[in-house]
Amino acid sequence: MATRLQFENSCEVGVFSKLTNAYCLVSIGGSESFYSTFEAELADVIPVVKTSIGGTRIIGRLCAGNKNGLLLPHTTTDQELQHLRNSLPDQVVVQRVEERLSALGNCIACNDHVALTHPELDRETEEMIADVLGVEVFRQTIAGNILVGSYCTFSNKGGLVHPHTSVEDLDELSTLLQVPLVAGTVNRGSEVIAAGMTVNDWTAFCGSDTTATEVSVIESVFKLREAQPSAIVDEMRKSLIDSYV
Amino acid sequence: MAEEAGMFLVQQTVGSVLCCKCGISMTPNAANMCVKCLRSEVDITEGLQKHVTILHCPECETYLQPPRTWIKAQLESKDLLSFCIRRVKNLNKVKLVHAEFIWTEPHSKRIKVKLKVQKEVLNGALLEQSFVVEYVQQEHMCEPCSRAQANPDQWVASVQLRQHVSHKRTFFFLEQLILKHGAAASAIRIKETDKGIDFFFPSRSHGLKFVEFVGKVAPVKSRHDKQLVSHDQKSNNFNYRYTFSVEICPVCREDLICLPPKVKSSLGNLGPLVICTKVTNSIALLDPFTLRHCFLDTDQYWRSSFKSLHTSRELVEYIVLDVEVVSPEVTIGGSRYALADAQVARLSDFGKNDTIFNIKTHLGHLLSPGDYALGYDLYGANSNDDELEKYKGLVIPEAILIKKSYEEKNQKKRGKPRPWKLKSLNMEIDDKGRAEQEKVDSEYEQFLEDLEENPEMRFNVSLYRNEEYQQPSEMASMTDGEDLPSVPLEELLGDLELSRAEVGDSSMRK
Repeated sequence: MATRLQFENSCEVGVFSKLTNAYCLVSIGGSESFYSTFEAELADVIPVVKTSIGGTRIIGRLCAGNKNGLLLPHTTTDQELQHLRNSLPDQVVVQRVEERLSALGNCIACNDHVALTHPELDRETEEMIADVLGVEVFRQTIAGNILVGSYCTFSNKGGLVHPHTSVEDLDELSTLLQVPLVAGTVNRGSEVIAAGMTVNDWTAFCGSDTTATEVSVIESVFKLREAQPSAIVDEMRKSLIDSYV
Repeated sequence: MAEEAGMFLVQQTVGSVLCCKCGISMTPNAANMCVKCLRSEVDITEGLQKHVTILHCPECETYLQPPRTWIKAQLESKDLLSFCIRRVKNLNKVKLVHAEFIWTEPHSKRIKVKLKVQKEVLNGALLEQSFVVEYVQQEHMCEPCSRAQANPDQWVASVQLRQHVSHKRTFFFLEQLILKHGAAASAIRIKETDKGIDFFFPSRSHGLKFVEFVGKVAPVKSRHDKQLVSHDQKSNNFNYRYTFSVEICPVCREDLICLPPKVKSSLGNLGPLVICTKVTNSIALLDPFTLRHCFLDTDQYWRSSFKSLHTSRELVEYIVLDVEVVSPEVTIGGSRYALADAQVARLSDFGKNDTIFNIKTHLGHLLSPGDYALGYDLYGANSNDDELEKYKGLVIPEAILIKKSYEEKNQKKRGKPRPWKLKSLNMEIDDKGRAEQEKVDSEYEQFLEDLEENPEMRFNVSLYRNEEYQQPSEMASMTDGEDLPSVPLEELLGDLELSRAEVGDSSMRK
């Protein structure tokens, strides 16, 4: 189910929150309504953690993670790191990364199996991603943009990319990621997908400007209509299947 | 670019996304909304005028552009379109791509223009929209028309051209010049008087423009005056009538002049007897015995305003008995001259007595024995001139030849139509007696002959083809040795006449 909400009158929900299958990070806001919406939806299933990163509230764009781990930029303070280590479940590995491109959320887009990264990411960071998050890493661009983490978002069920992505690019990415992809917009025609929404396998949150058409696209590609939060089943797909739509 | 480097580039096909509002499939654009949704969102014609009132003067078919200019334009013309576009306010906020008229009934007093504009909206998407502007045309007489209606003979400025000579050659030539340059296009009335012409204009600036035009083509002295007609006490508006008094210098072409001593020495001792060869806004003087020439500016002339000794009315015909060229042919000021000794006799003396004069002349290149020439008879003339008195010990020649004469041949041609004709100004002429009229006619005939003989005079005159002239048959034309100078056909302008058929055709097209 896709929920529409706002963070302090801004529709860019993906900037102020990070949603994965194992946990949810929410930034510290002026009013509690943002936090309470997430709680209402997710409290029974996964922990919802309030935090800041490096003293800022734009946590969604600074960190990258999935059910296996969480990567934080070098600007994260020790207290924040400790707080996160304490709040998150034990199987989630929390790791601070020394990387020149510190907005990891903009540079890395990942689900539980595959990650797409900024083409200029360091080699060590790439290894760390593969190690901590347990994913296969691919360096890619989306519609000519190098900030893959901003212009696409995908879960284990499907993905949404920048509207100007060509058909060939879409096919290529779909093959890499092994999930169905669609080009679309969020928040009334905004092209910055990952900043406008955040998604996991059974639920999605998007800005309140999102039109009904966009919501229906999101719900159909991420297969949210039938999805129920269930015990996360490991589905390791070793065999390569060509993209299925 | 990658293509130039020879790298392999994957073909990029643009996919389609759903419009974020209505959900129909479309190619992605900057706003990611289909055109209809975008247009419903944003109206770029907001803030632009859709109804405009324009004022139209029914007398002169002009439209008012505030505050005061009236623009002449036909319905559905380019001028009207640009005028209408200018009247729409705030049009500079958007980019105008296309404009055209929508047909309206001519008597409906409505003009409709369809404008297509482009503007950038949202995040860089360029939106194009067309809309219709309706103009309501209100009838309002413009100021000059209302003034003309109130009092048709009302003039504000008058220019009085005068020349104190006894012939009208200058005015014939000036008339042609004015016609060619259209300088009197704005004159309400033109009146011919005894020694000149009066022009009446509806505004001072027109009169001034005319005075300046005359000042460029003739050496003139002018002064201006004004007379109060009415006075509005409350707003302190004064209405005047302006009069410009323009006097043209009395020296004409082919005149014989005796220069005053001061002028003679300032011009470098140019012999006191000189011939005037050309009059524009400066006077060209030629000394016939030394072939020296000089120019006198308007200012220079009026400082020492001298009159001519003999004018071209006093030309007498001579027959040339013998010519001996003394110096080679030279070109001075565009014309060729050659100094020669000549033996001439007055035509009135020829055959009757043996009065022969040996004179020097500057027409050596033109004359041969047996030719006729026109010149001034100084031997027989009784010159009552102050300047001449001042020169003591001056040897006055007996005759000075001015030009070659085609009198004999002209006699045959007189009365016959020419292949070309001249237009004339619409002048009011005082009715003169018969004798005066004959004098004027003969002067006009001489003017036409002058035009035929002088190509440089023709330069400033528009000659039109005479439709009524038929080519004389081969039998009739007898060329006796020398052809008369005549105007070549290439110089004639075709008269423009709109036939009824053409006019009807153009009004049919919409």
